[in-house]
Amino acid sequence: MKALGARSAFYVGFVVGTCSLYLLLSQVGFTRNLGSRKNEAHVKSLLEMIEEENKNWKKERSALFNLNHPHHTGEDGKLADALYKRVRILCWVMTGPANLEKKARHVKATWSRHCNIVVFISSVDNPDFPTVGLNTKEGRDQLYWKTIRAFHYVMEKHGDEADWFLKADDDTYVIVDNLRWILASHSPEDPLYFGRRFKPYVKQGYMSGGAGYVLSKEALRRFVEGFRTKVCTHTTSVEDLAMGQCLEKVGVVAGDSRDTLQRETFHPFVPESHLTGTFPKTFWYWNYCYYPIVQGPQCCSDLAVSFHYMDSSHMYLLEYYTYHLRAFGYKHRYQPSEPNISNAPVPDKMEIGDSEQKHGVEAQEGEKQSPELNEKS
Amino acid sequence: MMSEGSSFMKGLILGGIFCLVMSYFETFNPGVHSESHQHLHHHLKPLSKDELQKLSESQMSELTQQVRVYCLIMVTPKLLVHWVTVNDTWSKHCDKSVFYTSESSKAVEGFDLQEQDEWARLRKAIKHAYENAGDLRWFFVARPTTFAIIENLKYLVLDKDSSQPFYIGHTEKSGELDYVEYDSGIVLSYEAVRRLIEMFKDEDKCPERGRALWKMPEEKQLATCLKYSGVFAENGEDAQGKGLFNKKSTSSLISDSMGQNPADVVEACCSDMAITFGGMSPSQMQVLMFGVYRLRPYGHDFHDSLTFLPPKDSDND
Repeated sequence: MKALGARSAFYVGFVVGTCSLYLLLSQVGFTRNLGSRKNEAHVKSLLEMIEEENKNWKKERSALFNLNHPHHTGEDGKLADALYKRVRILCWVMTGPANLEKKARHVKATWSRHCNIVVFISSVDNPDFPTVGLNTKEGRDQLYWKTIRAFHYVMEKHGDEADWFLKADDDTYVIVDNLRWILASHSPEDPLYFGRRFKPYVKQGYMSGGAGYVLSKEALRRFVEGFRTKVCTHTTSVEDLAMGQCLEKVGVVAGDSRDTLQRETFHPFVPESHLTGTFPKTFWYWNYCYYPIVQGPQCCSDLAVSFHYMDSSHMYLLEYYTYHLRAFGYKHRYQPSEPNISNAPVPDKMEIGDSEQKHGVEAQEGEKQSPELNEKS
Repeated sequence: MMSEGSSFMKGLILGGIFCLVMSYFETFNPGVHSESHQHLHHHLKPLSKDELQKLSESQMSELTQQVRVYCLIMVTPKLLVHWVTVNDTWSKHCDKSVFYTSESSKAVEGFDLQEQDEWARLRKAIKHAYENAGDLRWFFVARPTTFAIIENLKYLVLDKDSSQPFYIGHTEKSGELDYVEYDSGIVLSYEAVRRLIEMFKDEDKCPERGRALWKMPEEKQLATCLKYSGVFAENGEDAQGKGLFNKKSTSSLISDSMGQNPADVVEACCSDMAITFGGMSPSQMQVLMFGVYRLRPYGHDFHDSLTFLPPKDSDND
């Protein structure tokens, strides 16, 4: 009896020992290991991020200058590179302190990498991000003030460093390469602006703010001059309408941004809405669009330029669809014509980031380029 | 009493040591079990760019002609909207696509198998496809919640001999069985299907109506029958080892990547040459159709050695 009792006590003790130590280990030892490993991975990815950013961006005067026009493995980006040099775009993004982490950060990580220069406009200066603070408050009623000040700011600080000036929201996704395709056949010395054209209130129409719009250098000059001579003033906080009214007054022409099949390129909503949604007949959109609305697949050009109301995951998704995912060997139905490169002189004075860019440029010089692009001033 | 107590203590201590020893052994044992199941072609990749360029033009056009795909889309009237969407989108890129349904629908055309049991339906569909394949040598089986990029599928199997048994997709393991997941699509070569249909005749190894109390899902039943005929599952991946067959949707994969790789969301996420995405809603499929076949950044070209032309009578691609 006693021996049996001792033996079973031994077995019970063995089982209890195993189980309790197992539980103890899984609670304390292993999870701590896992925890620290996770932290390590997180720190590592932050360091990687910072390293990446230093290679590709030059932060100067609160703007980001793109050193490397992003390339994808296995692609031939010669044509895109040529346009990058020829059609210099400064992108300014309307954001605010509350949205830097939620929204602006993803703009920085995705489409803005294809702009020549990026400026993030906020109400507060932030030298790290970097953002420019423009002595305004936040809120919808400040939109036109921010816009006016932003355009004045980029004119003053970067007027000579770009040919076209794009305004976008921090929830707009822009395919800058396609914007260059549209702009390449126009001269930045002409007073022009492009976007998603709306028809009410302004005779020649105005461009939707959310879908983004782009001014030529001459258009920007006239806008700034208009405020100096008080031809333009702060009339309303409805930013896009006010812009349209001012630009019409100073003789800037509202352009047609549609592709060669008359399909829209700038879009005020997310891709789903345009491709699959049916807007109800009473929706304001029907009365606003300058050109006839097409629902379904022909709503949108293959060379779409922008979509709006894009949250962070949507932006990364569109980045994947645009620049990464493809059908191997597929010959696209729509073969866009090469733009008639305007006869504007190639800028011979390249700005900051020049020395790094030159290496890329020299590599291109030896390769075959179309005759128009080789014109020297 | 004392001896019981001390026996208990001895047991306790030995149990603790036993546990420590076992946990150390576990960390040394991960790969050993799976090693024993290494097949020669467990991971299947497409031809590399260099290998492609080595092919002559006539070889290239011959291969392009030969690689033709018969799509079997297994639908039910419950998934009508998905059915219609697949009909309107990616299935147009198959050389032949047939919608095998459990019961007919007035709204859209399909091949009515008049069969409620999923495994029996799959068997009937495969038999019908094999008999009507003509000169098509590759079969792709999918649910209507899956989106497939057929050109990338053709690229994957371009240099594979369809008279050899191939069973490709995203592979998972269930005990001893390697099977291809249904939701990310199943690719079968002509020879694999021929052997499978032979095996269908064997009511013991490959029964039409399962005898067990529980029902094994069709994907595993398929894998079992194929295994008996000497056909083994292979995982389709790209040159970097990224899976080409995904059972999650694009937005789901992007969300995952945002959590796991915030510094490099898109690069780390999914393959450029992905073949399938599962769990897609109809509107997500329309957007993916636009994203794959139309949307692109101007001036970025890929000089692929192959050319696939867009299908006739279509405007969303």
